[in-house]
Amino acid sequence: MPDRDTPLPAAPQSRAVPKKQTRLSLVWIVPILAALVGLYVAVTRILAEGPQITIVFQSAEGLEAGKTRIHYNGVDVGTITTIRLSDDHQRVVTTAQMAPRTEAFLVEDTKFWVVRPRISGANVTGLGTLISGAYIGMEIGTSAKSRRDYVALATPPVVAGNAPGRFFVLKTPDLGSLDAGTPIFFRRLQVGEVASYTLDADGHALTVKVFVNAPYDQYVTPNTRFWQASGIDLSLSADGLSVQTQSLLSILIGGIAFETPATGPVLPAADADTVFTLFSDRVEAFKLPARDPQTYLLVFKQSVRGLARGAPVEFKGITIGEVTDVRAQFDVKTDELSVPVTIRLDPTSFGVALVDAGPDQTSVGAHQKLVDALVARGVRAQLRTGNLLTGALFVALDVFPDAPPASVDWSQKPIQIPTIPGEMEAIEANVVSIIKKLDQLPIKAIGDDLRNSLVELDKTLGSARATLDNADTLIEPSSGLGMELTGTLQDVSRAARQLGGLMDYLERHPEALIRGKTGEAK
Amino acid sequence: MGDAVSATAATAMQLGLQRCGACGLLSRPAAGEDAGHCPRCDEALEFRKRDSLQRTWAFLIAAAVCYLPANVLPVLTTTTAAGADSDTIMQGVVLLWSPTGWPLSLIVLVASIMIPSAKIVALGYLLVTVQRGSIESNAQRIRLYRTVELIGRWSMVDVFVDTFTAALVQLQPLMSVRPAPGLLFFAAVVVLTMLAVESFDPRLIWDAASANEVRYA
Repeated sequence: MPDRDTPLPAAPQSRAVPKKQTRLSLVWIVPILAALVGLYVAVTRILAEGPQITIVFQSAEGLEAGKTRIHYNGVDVGTITTIRLSDDHQRVVTTAQMAPRTEAFLVEDTKFWVVRPRISGANVTGLGTLISGAYIGMEIGTSAKSRRDYVALATPPVVAGNAPGRFFVLKTPDLGSLDAGTPIFFRRLQVGEVASYTLDADGHALTVKVFVNAPYDQYVTPNTRFWQASGIDLSLSADGLSVQTQSLLSILIGGIAFETPATGPVLPAADADTVFTLFSDRVEAFKLPARDPQTYLLVFKQSVRGLARGAPVEFKGITIGEVTDVRAQFDVKTDELSVPVTIRLDPTSFGVALVDAGPDQTSVGAHQKLVDALVARGVRAQLRTGNLLTGALFVALDVFPDAPPASVDWSQKPIQIPTIPGEMEAIEANVVSIIKKLDQLPIKAIGDDLRNSLVELDKTLGSARATLDNADTLIEPSSGLGMELTGTLQDVSRAARQLGGLMDYLERHPEALIRGKTGEAK
Repeated sequence: MGDAVSATAATAMQLGLQRCGACGLLSRPAAGEDAGHCPRCDEALEFRKRDSLQRTWAFLIAAAVCYLPANVLPVLTTTTAAGADSDTIMQGVVLLWSPTGWPLSLIVLVASIMIPSAKIVALGYLLVTVQRGSIESNAQRIRLYRTVELIGRWSMVDVFVDTFTAALVQLQPLMSVRPAPGLLFFAAVVVLTMLAVESFDPRLIWDAASANEVRYA
């Protein structure tokens, strides 16, 4: 340590630098505070920012960027921010800013649609949109897979996704008067509605998705029949006029009814999305299922006017099948026009049982033997008028012992059953044959003969008149014959009077016959 | 010193005098470290506003910070039967823009968007030039300062209109209007720019010129 008293060497004096005045004003708190608040707001905004999604619509009608909301169960969960046309100008691509924490909603099977006021027969929906403008409806899917781009549904789903119940699928060739929202009846009680319908890709049938509310969905079993209860079903067939309705509501807007046959086995409730056939009416729905339908061909040479598809085929008055097809064909070789009618026979489906058919009743051989035997016995097909009013025809299979013998050609497919002309046809044929016979009569010769005869007759009549004239002169009152005749008649009259007196007397005195006239004086 | 007052005329400060900001009396500064007060009107006297540049910068930066959310956030939330709608200032301008309503739209555009931003830019320009000791176009800069001071307060119109609307349009349940966070930031911008203008001492513009003259004399 250096001694304090030791004189320092000539050290330079340190330069005094005046202290820089770095007085920081308190006012800087203001911008710092502003920045902090701004940062806080920005952060909360960014954190509050929900996911962005794109929704593709067919049309932007009623949609407005920045205004149109996305609602889920009435809760505002997002806003449409931009609307633009797709690159091919066919669709409308919108961007939507979703509310925060909606990521979980945006999954694979989430659905969006535009809610507009909708008035269908059964219900009025989206009335609020009349004032507020259209909004986007949303249904949250169940998938776990996240998704950000959606294609909106063309029509809003009728049934909310979380409503208790089950969807079923109906297949129908004809939509009838069905529409989304059409009611579904079970014992005339409305238990559900039609959710949607689509035309199958092949264009042959429609797939109708229906929703049956809980707890009624438990009454739908795999054996349940669905049928169209659309409006008033008026059908005029060979069976006459039939009218079927379900309820007043269904008369107005149509409907679907279902019922489970009471006879079948008791089955558990059907799974969701089970496919059913939608029958056109209740009768059809409750026909027993075809077990082993056999198709036959009947070739008629007469008019089949009045024979419709579905017309019954009756065997001795019992329905055993129906007409499936009516066509016309022209045989170039024989120059013959004929009408092949395809029928389908399935006696079991009409409740006709084969008795004692043996164990092999379903085998081909037995079937062939049966048909051969029937045809040999004179079974023929005939068209008959089922309803005189409508002229509807049906096919009758009946035994005609006098029919010309025929056999079945088993090489053909389908097998042809011989036909005989129908009743009307037979009458027609008879009339034709009568006319033909009439045609063959020698009318001219008959006429000539007739004229000769008439001339003769004229002559005969002339002579007859002469004879009568003679007779006339004979019986004239002034003639002698007449005088005598008058005298004779007067005698006869007198004789008769006397005879009358005698008879009188005899009546009173029969004994006079034996005893003679006695006791006159008594 | 000529008859015409040059831009570089001596200032009261250079002569060791303080000018009262309220009554204009020139007086000698008080002895010692104590702040002097005007002998006539008792206003606090200073040669120059204390920390003028620093304070102005602080308020200006705060205003600029608030300007962004003021324009991005909605200022009004209108709730009608159709749902709630939040509009920013610019959306309001667009909304008002119509063949007949464009003057109104223009007023909102000028008063609420252009004036605040112009104020911030103008003050920034004044601060930078003063700090750099610029002596260019002093007269124009003081004119700019006066203009900013004059028109700045009118930006508050938007805030008033919005708050009045919110107070008056309460037709529940048909319609109601509520102020949204943007309005707060907008009001902050207006107030902060006014404070910035207030804390800026225009005499600083001349100080640089005088200092230069002294330096170059």
